[in-house]
Amino acid sequence: MSKIVKLISANCGKIRPDSVEDYLNFGGYAALKKAFNMEPMQIIEEVKKAKLLGRGGAAYPAGSKWEQLYEIEESPKYIVCNADEGEPGTFKDKLLMEQDPLRVIEGMTIAGYVFNSHDGYIYIRGEYRDLQKVFQAAIDNAKKEGFLGENILNTGFSYNIHIMTGAGAYVCGENSALLNSIEGKAGRPRIKPPHLAEVGLFLKPTLVNNVESFANIPTIVTEGGEKYLSYGTADSGGTKLICLSGHIKNRGVFEVPFGVTLRDIIYDPELGGGMAEGKKLKFFHLGGQSGPCSSPEQLDTVYCCRAMRNAGLSVGSGAVVVLDESVCIIDYLKKVTEFFIHESCGKCVPCREGNKQLYLILDKLSKGEATENDLALMKRLSRVMAKSSFCGLGQAASTALDSCLKHFSSEFEAHLNKQCPAGVCFTKKESGE
Amino acid sequence: MNEKPTKEQILGIIAKYGKAKEQLLAILLDIQEVSGSNCVTEEWAQLVAKELDLPLSKVFDVLTFYAMFSIKPRGKYVIEICNSAPCYVSKSEEVAKIFQDILGIKMGETTPDGLFTLLYTSCIGACDQGPVAKIGDKVYGFLNKEKITGIINEYREVVSCQK
Ligand SMILES: Cc1cc2nc3c(=O)[nH]c(=O)nc-3n(C[C@H](O)[C@H](O)[C@H](O)COP(=O)(O)O)c2cc1C
Ligand code: SF4
Ligand code: FES
Repeated sequence: MSKIVKLISANCGKIRPDSVEDYLNFGGYAALKKAFNMEPMQIIEEVKKAKLLGRGGAAYPAGSKWEQLYEIEESPKYIVCNADEGEPGTFKDKLLMEQDPLRVIEGMTIAGYVFNSHDGYIYIRGEYRDLQKVFQAAIDNAKKEGFLGENILNTGFSYNIHIMTGAGAYVCGENSALLNSIEGKAGRPRIKPPHLAEVGLFLKPTLVNNVESFANIPTIVTEGGEKYLSYGTADSGGTKLICLSGHIKNRGVFEVPFGVTLRDIIYDPELGGGMAEGKKLKFFHLGGQSGPCSSPEQLDTVYCCRAMRNAGLSVGSGAVVVLDESVCIIDYLKKVTEFFIHESCGKCVPCREGNKQLYLILDKLSKGEATENDLALMKRLSRVMAKSSFCGLGQAASTALDSCLKHFSSEFEAHLNKQCPAGVCFTKKESGE
Repeated sequence: MNEKPTKEQILGIIAKYGKAKEQLLAILLDIQEVSGSNCVTEEWAQLVAKELDLPLSKVFDVLTFYAMFSIKPRGKYVIEICNSAPCYVSKSEEVAKIFQDILGIKMGETTPDGLFTLLYTSCIGACDQGPVAKIGDKVYGFLNKEKITGIINEYREVVSCQK
């Protein structure tokens, strides 16, 4: 199997991002034209056959989500594209929006047609303000050429896409918080049910999908669901954009078919290319800060949603942060926990207070002041947070910690005995909190 | 020293977004950008609340919820150093130290001339170029001492040309 397949990143770097002409020359909008000659339910069937799993992190089957919304009769319906991309180590939606925004627009437009929706919203994080301009230019040009706006391609179907900006809040990537933020409010998550398919944006039925998920729709429509599925594995159709960062030779975004192994991702010369400074691989952190850490023993795990889940790992957002032996697990987890303390919206206690307490215990470990009791407390706290936090942020905040406790328990033990195998703790002075 | 915008300018921004409540974030970001002090003052928050027909508390809820906003004056240029894990392991703290040494301030502080504020930020989606920092909408990657010195000088020059 080839380790690189370019389905959705094929145009990146090859076309002028806001040029409809270039996009058409590279096969753009063939899918929308085809879609207009299909029944909406037929399109949903193709998405189901494709086994497209949501690319925003939760890997929820897109076909099922679309079907659920389709069955709801109320109108209007809204299409929302989640471009908050806040998971540290993730920068693949940026690539698509920056270099091939029309593909995302085409995907959102097909969704609009399926649900007879007239308004799509793309929520782009505030840190990508420059990119919002590129995306707006692409929207404007699509409108000029009749691919957006009133009476698209003389089909009688009208659809507009609006860009909404974030302003720096990771939690807004959570789909209900995202909708609150689009409404101009603070982005705290909503209680579910009701599901967003029933009560979503402006309290109307709403579809929320990730940028990369939408970018796959044109390919699925043109090539058909079965063909699309065949690029990946039996349960995870197609390809995934992965983001390599940390101590790896080739950092950046790569498109790989599901079915490659983690070893391929890290060591294949066309992908990660191995470790950056010739040091030994210690661990890698998958799917973002809310994902699990993996030990080198798991390198032969197949990169697809089911195999990863079975191995206690996750594809998540596609982030792959590679860490060498110079990194201390405890020190690293402190950084992860700091992130969640900063990004917790403060709505519920397990997350707001739990993360702070986790940090305190990790800090004690890093100073050689922790006891067995602290370790036990940490494990219990992590369980409570996972079970009782209000939204996915708090529920997943201790995922990395749990996985490290599993794979690197000896390193925790060592810190109880005031030893840091990586030589990070006990030697350096804290540089201020 | 840093020019304050006029009321007309602020009203212009609000009008550009059609006085729409759901555009609150965009409006406040734009106001902050022209504020000259990288913040949204109570005066402007009140004006926005009035024009959008929102309670002032809602505007402050948003201003204090999102990390990109400040209600206190900051430097003309806010330097945000990414300190999330992927950048941290690419030595972001050394970068922070270099910035602090060159500017003679600590993280969270503003230089006495009101030009620079130093902050940490969460991931800005440029982890393949880590360590990185962001000034306004501009992202600077692969930072080292030489680059940082160049960047600071560049901004200082822009300002001295404006004088
Ligand atoms: C704290 C938190 C942050 C999230 N951040 C993002 C994000 O930045 N981008 C994204 O697409 N999904 C994010 N998600 C997942 C969304 O809630 C949602 O599942 C996703 O947008 C659905 O699209 P998909 O099915 O196409 O993946 C986040 C979830 C949580 C709990
Ligand atoms: S888990 Fe609770 S405090 Fe944490 S982000 Fe979600 S709602 Fe907010
Ligand atoms: S972690 Fe620094 S830019 Fe992503």
